[in-house]
Amino acid sequence: MWVALGIAAWALGWALNVWLAGRARSRATALAVPVIFGLTIVFVWEAAVRGFGISPVLLPAPSAIAVKMAASGGLIWEDFVQTVIKGALSGYVIGCAAAFATAIVVDRFDFLRRGLLPVGNFVAALPIIGIAPILVMWFGFDWQSKAAVVVVMVFFPMLVNTVEGLRDTSSMQRDLMRTYAAGYWTTLLKLRLPAAMPFIFNGLKLATTLALIGAIVAEFFGSPIRGMGFRISTSVGLLALDLVWAEIVVAAIAGSAFYGGVALLERAVTFWHPSQRGHG
Amino acid sequence: MRHVLPVLTVVAVIVAIWYAAAVWLNAQWALDMAKRQDREMSASELVLDTWSQEKPKLPAPHQVATELWKTTVEKKVTSKRSLVYHAWVTLSATLLGFALGTALGFALAVGIVYMRVMDMSVMPWVIASQTIPILAIAPMIIVVLNAVGVSGLLPKAMISMYLSFFPVVVGMVKGLRAPSRMMLDQMRTWNATKGQEFLRLRLPSSMPYLFASLKIAMAASLVGAIVGELPTGAVAGLGARLLAGSYYGQTIQIWSALFMAAAVAAFMVALIGLIQRVTLKRMGMS
Repeated sequence: MWVALGIAAWALGWALNVWLAGRARSRATALAVPVIFGLTIVFVWEAAVRGFGISPVLLPAPSAIAVKMAASGGLIWEDFVQTVIKGALSGYVIGCAAAFATAIVVDRFDFLRRGLLPVGNFVAALPIIGIAPILVMWFGFDWQSKAAVVVVMVFFPMLVNTVEGLRDTSSMQRDLMRTYAAGYWTTLLKLRLPAAMPFIFNGLKLATTLALIGAIVAEFFGSPIRGMGFRISTSVGLLALDLVWAEIVVAAIAGSAFYGGVALLERAVTFWHPSQRGHG
Repeated sequence: MRHVLPVLTVVAVIVAIWYAAAVWLNAQWALDMAKRQDREMSASELVLDTWSQEKPKLPAPHQVATELWKTTVEKKVTSKRSLVYHAWVTLSATLLGFALGTALGFALAVGIVYMRVMDMSVMPWVIASQTIPILAIAPMIIVVLNAVGVSGLLPKAMISMYLSFFPVVVGMVKGLRAPSRMMLDQMRTWNATKGQEFLRLRLPSSMPYLFASLKIAMAASLVGAIVGELPTGAVAGLGARLLAGSYYGQTIQIWSALFMAAAVAAFMVALIGLIQRVTLKRMGMS
């Protein structure tokens, strides 16, 4: 019964999307198609769990997850504050600010740029998450160590992107600034920083995901008795998978909101860039 | 060559800062020990002590290097104490996940390029899937798959796969769409079928994008495998070494595992870079 319903829902959702995608592309269809796809998947999930009688210990149904989220709101909120606000957000701000300041200095001295960029690129490709246990040892179990992990994780992608961005002006533009008798700081503020903004926001967006991952994974190596990573690892041990999934949903929403917020800010700041125009 | 001197300088500065930091972080412990034994320490004694402690807060570079040498060269590869053994455990999961992720990403990209429905419905979710801190789910995936009876490499590889398919999808979609209208029209005037258009035009022109994505995917895949090893209770692998080291305060072990992971990542990325250079050269694209 549920299996048939699930298959029917999948077919219906897909057919609806095929029909919508065949129509002229507009804002409404661009929004509706992925939403319908997502809803279909959630429904098929629910139907599969009920139809095949999958044990909630393995995979809880979406409805069970929603119930759990509503029931333990206070607990989840406490974890959210500990991990996202205290750990990820403070680390994100410190790390991005430090990387930005370093990038300005690196850009000033060509020798540093040629030396630091290859090293930065190399470090950015490394499994940085591995320093989590070391930093937890240095800064203790509370949120400071999580913020430190986040700082290190976001630093290098941000640094590399900002340095790239600061080089993104043509010599023609710089010459124009010179004919205006603009000094280094004026050129930096009026020309090169604005021109670097698309790159800087690219780094900021990359860093949002890294920040959440860093804060959560760092909690696996030791944390006080709250926090999303702590809750996930202990609930898995207790086989309370509905709580785990509730935390994951919260993490996903927080991650998407974080990313979306930075993307909105980007649209406001870099409204002049070709990639942001033409959406009317 | 222009880069060699600056890079070496930066590396030298980092090493120097590291030694200084080791003195600063480990001095407290050394002073406490000296106080307990009721003896005075001269400055040079103190410095030497901070660089040779058993469980320092920050091991000096040469300690890590010695540990690396001991656990890679002097131990048998099959021994459980050999870092090569642990690196291989992690690398095998990484490679399996990387292969699965690349295949999945490739299939999705082809679907997205050729089917408008998939482009509109799947693509936004592919992007959204990466705003989820997927590593957070790692412990659950491992435990659940273990409960179903899947164990060993595959659960870790699943996490690697989830992390590595994304760059491949994004890169390949861009790459498969790289041919211009003009080129596509040219294929049509030759009466090329969809398959020929794909094999002769779209696939070759996507190669630079593919290799760029593969490098990112490999790095992401390794991170996935390492994190995937954490919840299995520190049995084997570089992630297990990290966890065990953090439980027992074996900082030197943590750092050497970290450097091993870095070396593996650098080696694999360099390997892909080499394949890229050879392939693109033979295709006449570089």
